[in-house]
Amino acid sequence: MQRHLISAADLTRDDAVHLLDTAEEMARVADRPIKKLPTLRGRTVVNLFFEDSTRTRISFEAAEKRLSADVINFTAKGSSVSKGESLKDTAQTLEAMGVDAVVIRHGASGAPYRLATSGWIDAVVINAGDGTHQHPTQALLDAFTMRRRLVGRDAGLGRDLAGKRITLVGDILHSRVARSNVDLLHTLGAEVTLVAPPTLLPVGIESWPCEVAYDLDSTLPKSDAVMMLRVQRERMNAAFFPTEREYSRRYGLNGDRMAKMPEHAIVMHPGPMVRGMEITAEVADSDRCTAIEQVTNGVSIRMAVLYLLLGGNEPAVSHTRIEEK
Amino acid sequence: MSKILIRGAKVLGGEPQDVLIDGDTIAEVGTGLSAEGAEVVDAAGKVLLPGLVDLHTHLREPGREDSETVLTGTRAAASGGYTAVFAMANTFPVADTAGVVEQVYRLGQEHGYCDVQPIGAVTVGLEGKKLAELGAMHESAAGVTVFSDDGKCVDDAVIMRRALEYVKAFGGVVAQHAQEPRLTEGAQMNEGVVSAELGLGGWPAVAEESIIARDVLLAEHVGSRVHICHLSTAGSVEIVRWAKSRGIDVTAEVTPHHLLLTDELVRSYNPVYKVNPPLRTERDVMALREALADGTIDIVATDHAPHPHEDKDCEWAAAAMGMVGLETALSVVQQTMVETGLLDWAGVADRMSVKPARIGRATGHGRPVSAGEPANLTLVDTAYRGAVDPAGFASRSRNTPYEGRELPGRVTHTWLRGKATLVDGKLA
Repeated sequence: MQRHLISAADLTRDDAVHLLDTAEEMARVADRPIKKLPTLRGRTVVNLFFEDSTRTRISFEAAEKRLSADVINFTAKGSSVSKGESLKDTAQTLEAMGVDAVVIRHGASGAPYRLATSGWIDAVVINAGDGTHQHPTQALLDAFTMRRRLVGRDAGLGRDLAGKRITLVGDILHSRVARSNVDLLHTLGAEVTLVAPPTLLPVGIESWPCEVAYDLDSTLPKSDAVMMLRVQRERMNAAFFPTEREYSRRYGLNGDRMAKMPEHAIVMHPGPMVRGMEITAEVADSDRCTAIEQVTNGVSIRMAVLYLLLGGNEPAVSHTRIEEK
Repeated sequence: MSKILIRGAKVLGGEPQDVLIDGDTIAEVGTGLSAEGAEVVDAAGKVLLPGLVDLHTHLREPGREDSETVLTGTRAAASGGYTAVFAMANTFPVADTAGVVEQVYRLGQEHGYCDVQPIGAVTVGLEGKKLAELGAMHESAAGVTVFSDDGKCVDDAVIMRRALEYVKAFGGVVAQHAQEPRLTEGAQMNEGVVSAELGLGGWPAVAEESIIARDVLLAEHVGSRVHICHLSTAGSVEIVRWAKSRGIDVTAEVTPHHLLLTDELVRSYNPVYKVNPPLRTERDVMALREALADGTIDIVATDHAPHPHEDKDCEWAAAAMGMVGLETALSVVQQTMVETGLLDWAGVADRMSVKPARIGRATGHGRPVSAGEPANLTLVDTAYRGAVDPAGFASRSRNTPYEGRELPGRVTHTWLRGKATLVDGKLA
């Protein structure tokens, strides 16, 4: 594996499967009465959040604490890219304090890559979402959720998502989740279809390893998983689509549409869900919707990432210990 | 009067000749000229060109002297073989009055490394709303003939039309930074395959092309002269080609970096590659080279845009746009145009000296290398090969995209009206 985790595209198939398998081991820790491993004791991890994201930050923090790391939270609310020096200066300050890993969320695409490659710091860099570029741990937790649901929790170990048909619906243009998922799912052998109005698809998408469609209804019967992306209401004012209602009619997932999906197929959402627009309450609350599981799985995946990047060569949880439990 | 004999130079890349400078003028061009009373410069194997003229330089003074000053910028120009540069108006204060342009002009004359011809803003404060005092700037000591809101597009069609019409009274030209503002909101790089992958805001080619199309039609309608700054797309080339075939009085420039670099480099997220207009695709690069060779694009202009280190040593979105270019322009042109066989050295002289001087009405520059002409000359060691080392730049800023890249050619001497500004690669 590479030293940092910047992009889902950096992961090989074997890296990704190894991460998913490690996350399965980590998931078992959550079933214990004391949900903690000593693995990262004495290591310091900083969560460097230039952009608000309570969910992702808490998920990383939980993962870090379950691995016994010392955690520093740095939130530079709102300042994001107003002044370029802030990223470099902040990073160097943290480096001077002996930080081992930096989990960074930044509004500017490429900021984690700069942090990892510009020589400003030596720490391991983990991208927790950058601009409209990448959100690799989100893609990993999505893949983890799909593997569990579509292949099986134990049956999935060592396996990828070969042949699974995954559909992503919504604002692809502004979505780092979509970019990360297309890269990772392709690496894992899945067939990906993106569905969106043409205004919400980036120019240049033809080079992506996936299919593109404008019509949701014809795609649903061929999908093993349908991932709905959040559509920000302000996009409406920028003329990406005429009205919320029209968007909802053409690209929203409701009960009727869900009925067109194969019986085993699941509905996914990276959250937070805006009910009524991209997904109805009926769908969001159905047992086919994995949104809550995705949150749980996020912690296991982030534990696996931190563990493997911070030097874990042994299995994270030895089998004897699991049996002891 | 001092005499200099440049011995055995390939004038415009032709057969070796001697060139005798007497005072500020070329006294004689021929073979076996007498060296009596003259300092001799051995130019065997080197190419002699008329001093280069840059129609598009940012000198940053007044206002951003931490990036560049008229002194450091003209020293950079002399190092790159230039004897005249046109200084863009986007300074602080903006060069939109006679006072500011005269100040910049006088600083150039005082320092003596290179003639500085200020460009006047088209509109007050570059705001695109109200015409600046174009006539007053023309009548000032600076004698402004080129007007541009560069950095910003004159996007209001009526203002653009009036500016084009107005400058006809004194033979001026409006140099347009073609960028449709709405289509480029949040733009960070060329819109295409790479921007889609990197998640950086796209700057679509059509944002440039639609403005060029509009402006050539406006120029035709009012019978004026329009110049297109830093043209960067294959589609823009087609529009300018069409306009010229129709007899419209349009000229266009291309920067060295758009002749060599592509948006693939942005994958590094290194802001040294962040520039406006953005680096485009391989297809665009090839179209630009071809257009420069066939004359559709008239000139090479550097768009030398110095920025201090801190404005580039940050994340991409926060970084300033622009690259320095004066000291590497000729090398890039040698690599992309001469060594590819698209242009000979006479062609380089035409695109980098004769035509830019003509477009900007810099009458003392871009002259033939012959007796009686002003001794504005540049001597180039075309056999030189070496990696670009920004530490040696005369420019105050180091934001070059070529650091460590091997480029051919090196300017060894520059003479401004007979006075050496660069000798053996060192500033005089």
